Amino acid sequence: MNKAREASSAIRSVEELSKQRSPVHDLSPLSKLFLTMVYIVTVASFNKYDLTGLFAMILLPLIGYALSGIQVTLCFRKLKVILPFILLVGIANPFMDREIMYTVGRLHISFGMVSMLTLMLKGIYSLLASFLLVSSTPVDELCKSLRKIHVPSMIVSLLLLTYRYVSMFLDEVATMSESYALRAPGQKGIAFGTWGTFLGQLIVRSSYKANRNYDSMILRGFKGEFFYCDRRFSGLSWLFILVLSGICIFMRLFNLPVLLGSVFVR
Amino acid sequence: MHMADALLSPAVAGTMYVASAAVAGLSVYKLKKEEKLQEEPTFKRLPTMAVMSALVFAGQMINYTIPGTGSSGHICGGLLLTALLGPYAAFLSMICVLLIQCLFFADGGLMALGANIWNMAFYGCFVGYFLIFRPIMKTKLNTKLKLIIASVTGCILTLQMGAFSVVLETSLSGITDLPFKSFVLLMQPIHLAIGLVEGLATSLILVFVHSTSPDLIKGISEKEVKKSSFKITVLVLVLSVAVIGGGFSLLASGNPDGLEWALFGNTEYSESVTNMGLDEEDYGNKSSVADKAEAVQEKTSFLPDYAFASDSENPLGTTVSGILGSLIVAVIAAGVCFAGGFFRKKKLSKTN
Repeated sequence: MNKAREASSAIRSVEELSKQRSPVHDLSPLSKLFLTMVYIVTVASFNKYDLTGLFAMILLPLIGYALSGIQVTLCFRKLKVILPFILLVGIANPFMDREIMYTVGRLHISFGMVSMLTLMLKGIYSLLASFLLVSSTPVDELCKSLRKIHVPSMIVSLLLLTYRYVSMFLDEVATMSESYALRAPGQKGIAFGTWGTFLGQLIVRSSYKANRNYDSMILRGFKGEFFYCDRRFSGLSWLFILVLSGICIFMRLFNLPVLLGSVFVR
Repeated sequence: MHMADALLSPAVAGTMYVASAAVAGLSVYKLKKEEKLQEEPTFKRLPTMAVMSALVFAGQMINYTIPGTGSSGHICGGLLLTALLGPYAAFLSMICVLLIQCLFFADGGLMALGANIWNMAFYGCFVGYFLIFRPIMKTKLNTKLKLIIASVTGCILTLQMGAFSVVLETSLSGITDLPFKSFVLLMQPIHLAIGLVEGLATSLILVFVHSTSPDLIKGISEKEVKKSSFKITVLVLVLSVAVIGGGFSLLASGNPDGLEWALFGNTEYSESVTNMGLDEEDYGNKSSVADKAEAVQEKTSFLPDYAFASDSENPLGTTVSGILGSLIVAVIAAGVCFAGGFFRKKKLSKTN
């Protein structure tokens, strides 16, 4: 599929997911945003050799996915974006840090191998958390929660407008790319000679389109601030924040798999 | 160049958030100031800014053939947006582009957003514009030539700065065991090639826009050039130095988790610990987290028959429990998956 078309359908599918109803969808967007950040910071703060402690952190997003009814597999497609760079950074660890950490039979597991695995898990967990946030929260509600934490209205309005225009331009770019590909079969990308005109034309047209859009918005009473649907920050949201933040901190301070294992091994 | 959350420690990510938020605050302030001077409401520029940032976002989906290589690349758009919107508006637009990329495409992490904004938007929008693009546009050369030189130089240099920041931030976070020098040598040449392609693409787009609608490009008119402020240039440089310097001081005093462990846990690096001014004994005694971790370690010192507990250097005792515990977690996770109906969903979609 065309790259732009793929991106456009990805945005639409996430948007549709965010409109579903579930206990996770019904929570206040601000509490979800806060907890996602708490979770990601907790995951990132794990020691690079604490593989077992970090492993247990998978439970929180999985519970979130289970409650929201969103398939966790949807998120895994996005791993192709983050894993290559993480691998690039972490691949040196097994070669640089060769000291043996565990020996299982004849298999020697070095500190470097463990730190590389930990790095990859951190990347996957962070992705799981942010995907859950965005697929259970509509963008306008996310923008409203950003306003609540006093992010300037200019940035929030710009974000909302950009988001709305993105789908439109992705479709336009997809059509242009498809037309070009049909006229230049087998060619990889846009040829050097047409680099400028290809996107340049779109920029000039878009600029005029933007001004027309602005005029239409002014006619409809736009004064720089959007009106968002307000969702009350309920007691349940507070409870949700307290309980899950507490669990995150507990799992960071105490190695849950080791504690669970000790019940049986002792 | 988008950094994932896993590549940063919370301390470094937090520092970069503060730095990027400060520049975003400055941009909002400057735009509001411009609004007062021009008597034009800022929100009038919003649709243009949004359209341009959406366009840059969509433009990133277009692959350009890199001549002679058989591969293709795409624009990042920082300098392009700056040339079209001006540095402050472009910086805010880039924030939106990066936020949408992060949320919807997993291109860069939510915690790493501050670092990504700094690496990809700050250098392109401020350093690229004030120190490269605008000074070149002030020269008396042919406008098209100026646009090409400014775009190519700007993109190459700002991408180099961004790539260097990625290396610095990752190294400060203690994520990789790759030596700093090797990491720099790995990152900089790749981004030199990417910068060249981005610069060429940006210049050709700007040349086209200039030939059809010259008023769209910032820094073309004489008035705009004369307004150049030495103060802003100095401010940009001071901010860069402050953040990079702040990042270095963080390494000396912030003690990020991974790095800390690597230093204290490996005796052959004990000299570098004293070089960094950290006292292992004092550090261990004073840290409440370390105390708690020690308490947990003491509690979990089981398997006495196998003598693992007394041998603190051998982690195998904890490992057995850890593996068993992890298996339990895996079973719970699988249970959650079943309870959540991930498999049931599949069946539903099949029946549909």
